[in-house]
Amino acid sequence: MSPPILEMRGITKEFPGVKALNNVSFGVERGEIHCLVGENGAGKSTLMKVLSGVYPYGTYSGDILFDGAVQQFRSIRDSEHTGIAIIYQELALVPEMTVYENIFLGNEIRRGGLIDWNETIKRAGEMLRKVRLDVNPEAKIRDLGVGKQQLVEIAKALSRNVKLLILDEPTAALNEDDSANLLDLMRGLRDQGVTCILISHKLKEVIAVADRVTVLRDGQTIRTLDAHKGEVSEPVLIKLMVGREIEQIYPPRPNKQFGEVVLEVKGWNAYSPALGRQVLHDMNFYVRRGEIVGFAGLMGSGRTELALSLFGNPAHYQITGELVVKGQRRTFRQPEDAIRAGVAYVTEDRKGNGLILIQDVKQNITLANLRAIASNAVIDTNAEIKTANQYRNSMNIKTPTVEQRVANLSGGNQQKVCLSKWLFVKPDLLILDEPTRGIDVGAKYEIYTLMNQLVQQGMSIMMISSELPEVLGMSDRVYIVSSGRIAGELPIEEANPEKIMQLATTY
Amino acid sequence: MISGKVQNQATGSFAQNLGKVLRQNIRDYGMFIALFVIMGIFAITTNGVFLSARNLSNLLNQTGYIAVLAVGMTLVIVIRHIDLSVGFLAGFLGAVAAIAMVQWGLPALVVIPMVLAMGIVAGLITAFPVAQLGIPSFVASLAGWLIYRGLLQLATAGTGTIIIPNPGFNAIGNGFIPDLPLGGFFERFHVLTLLIGLAAIGLYIYNQLDSRRKKLAYGFEVMPVDIFILQLVFVSGLIGAITWILATYNGLSWTVVIMLLVVGIYHFVTTQTVLGRHIYAVGGNPEAAELSGISVKRIIYIVFGSMGMLSALSGILFASRLQSATTTAGTLFELDAIAAAYVGGVSAAGGVGRVTGSIIGALVMLSLTSGMNLMQVDISYQYIVRGAVLAAAVIFDVATRRAAR
Repeated sequence: MSPPILEMRGITKEFPGVKALNNVSFGVERGEIHCLVGENGAGKSTLMKVLSGVYPYGTYSGDILFDGAVQQFRSIRDSEHTGIAIIYQELALVPEMTVYENIFLGNEIRRGGLIDWNETIKRAGEMLRKVRLDVNPEAKIRDLGVGKQQLVEIAKALSRNVKLLILDEPTAALNEDDSANLLDLMRGLRDQGVTCILISHKLKEVIAVADRVTVLRDGQTIRTLDAHKGEVSEPVLIKLMVGREIEQIYPPRPNKQFGEVVLEVKGWNAYSPALGRQVLHDMNFYVRRGEIVGFAGLMGSGRTELALSLFGNPAHYQITGELVVKGQRRTFRQPEDAIRAGVAYVTEDRKGNGLILIQDVKQNITLANLRAIASNAVIDTNAEIKTANQYRNSMNIKTPTVEQRVANLSGGNQQKVCLSKWLFVKPDLLILDEPTRGIDVGAKYEIYTLMNQLVQQGMSIMMISSELPEVLGMSDRVYIVSSGRIAGELPIEEANPEKIMQLATTY
Repeated sequence: MISGKVQNQATGSFAQNLGKVLRQNIRDYGMFIALFVIMGIFAITTNGVFLSARNLSNLLNQTGYIAVLAVGMTLVIVIRHIDLSVGFLAGFLGAVAAIAMVQWGLPALVVIPMVLAMGIVAGLITAFPVAQLGIPSFVASLAGWLIYRGLLQLATAGTGTIIIPNPGFNAIGNGFIPDLPLGGFFERFHVLTLLIGLAAIGLYIYNQLDSRRKKLAYGFEVMPVDIFILQLVFVSGLIGAITWILATYNGLSWTVVIMLLVVGIYHFVTTQTVLGRHIYAVGGNPEAAELSGISVKRIIYIVFGSMGMLSALSGILFASRLQSATTTAGTLFELDAIAAAYVGGVSAAGGVGRVTGSIIGALVMLSLTSGMNLMQVDISYQYIVRGAVLAAAVIFDVATRRAAR
């Protein structure tokens, strides 16, 4: 057996007050797909940042052996030069540039000091074939879907003769087809000799592709499992990740009781002047008190647009149709109107439009309801800290203080801050858009438990989710959205993955 | 103005505590330290003339019309915009004030609110294309820059310079607050100034104690006692020293009073009110702010409206100081204000920056000018030095922010 391509030994990385990595050892064999799993804050990202030189040599202790040599990376450039490429959840492509320009960005093919564009386009075509992406190299990135953009990123990495490809939550933003395609591609790359590290919260994916799996917990290596010896299974992984057995992924909710209709939407149409097309077509649905209504569908089916159109229409669609909230016909001109009427919207994109990353936990939690902690428009900062601490405790937000910037929190804790912000508004209807995207199993369970508590207290929840198990596990009723239309409605007893997928591809 | 916090209740020695507080708040204290260093250097190189009562009083009065602009500009930059029109708007509105008093014969008490209202309208006009159509504020306000420059030249077209003969109006830029009519021993000082200084110290100490008591009652973290006392003594000493120096000369000028009022009001609004929080939220992430029920458009109108009003105030202060309106009034004020805001720690990425920082920034820049003038440094070198200080301040700010992460 050849020596491993990567060995990280005794890696310890400390931040002020926190030991993010504690004597972590991590080895990757040549030509394998090695999955790295763990809860948010377990240290996966930190470990990869140490490996790629984001945290330069000297800021951590321990050794990195890559490709048979001890490495002391001072920057990402150093690690790239030795053949390590990381593809992050947030893609690093220039939207206004073409596919071929992006693939060779920073690595331009030169001839006589000038860029040889013909050769660039030809080589880009080869790279695209390698990742089985059938697009014109001259297309602009912004015209491609997220799934295709991801493949362009991988093509970019391959063009640099990458030896170790690290994918950080690559399928978080992909639909099932694109995800399956990507996993297939990873297997193909492995067979061509490219070693891959996959970081994922989706355990089914991990089980599907992994040769070996390493579990991290609280900054320590818990165990490395070998799939070929049959050591990898969902219950085992969950147990190692959380350090306890979670009996059920979806907590049960006894004695369901539904009250009157809280939200009713009739003949709802929306036209987007920015996109120049109709985004929603003649939608009709309702949500009752104490009910979790799932909105299933493929990515891009129009569910986020629906949420925005209901929540004060900040995207300025031209809307026709009737919106009835708690028995009253309403027109919301801005999100503020919707909030006052008792509607809250937890967005899909936490970092993009959910949180103010440079502000601290308390400022984010109170933002949508400052009036509650102010008298005569003057904020009572002590009441603010008190409120924030209440949510920090009740939601189990892991942060040293409520004066910590939310940018420094892990994804799961950021999501809890988002939820706290909207619970502080005391809404009647909570719209959750992909509530557990990019969140680990433990935090997911906490959020599901919270959702159950909320509906039992009389709140109503509209849950937009692209994860079928989540839709089936949490909803009381499911609407299936397809190309901006309600393609069907299923009581939970009749819903199953096949029916939903069939309806989701109706239009 | 100075506020410090430490992450955990320290129980170490005094020196350890001090080091810790300084390290954790280096960005807040950095500008104060820079200002002291600059003043110290000039005190030495000018044999103390720089710190003389007359010079300090002059320095503060010269800072006034840039400082009020810097306060407004801070908020504009915080919400990720810029306003280039403010300099010539100030110049133009100063000329309008002069014309209203000289040619239309209106009294100053009518003219001042009228001009301030016109400033607000001008600010709202700049905000309109920015808020409604998403035009970059750089372009919208550059258009304003050209238009107000033209209007200023039209307004002063007849005579070139409009002399303002109104002593009440001119007192704003040149006059001092009246003294209490006490004879004898008190002749040598401006007693009212001293009393105001004492009141300010008392108010400051009371506020700090009250805030600390409330924090303790809630069980929140506070600064170690020794450091807290040091801060009280230091700030009180500073207020006392400035008051003393001014009191041995003519006392507080009206310009300084106006400047303190503006800073006080804006500091309060930005740090304590819902509106202030909304402004910083829009600067931090406009999309998230909008989805949290904050109208981004409304905030743009408010911030540009306030900028317009402060431009008018700046124009009044300048016209009053010169006792006239001139064709070149307001030239490059906008860039001085922007420089002051950046030296004071505002971030172009949005959402970060304090009005108190910008005032310190304005004082730093004006101190450089004043000090180098006293040293008779050639004007060319003055520009170079000010440029270098601006660059150094921004680099320091970015470096400390990175270290804090």
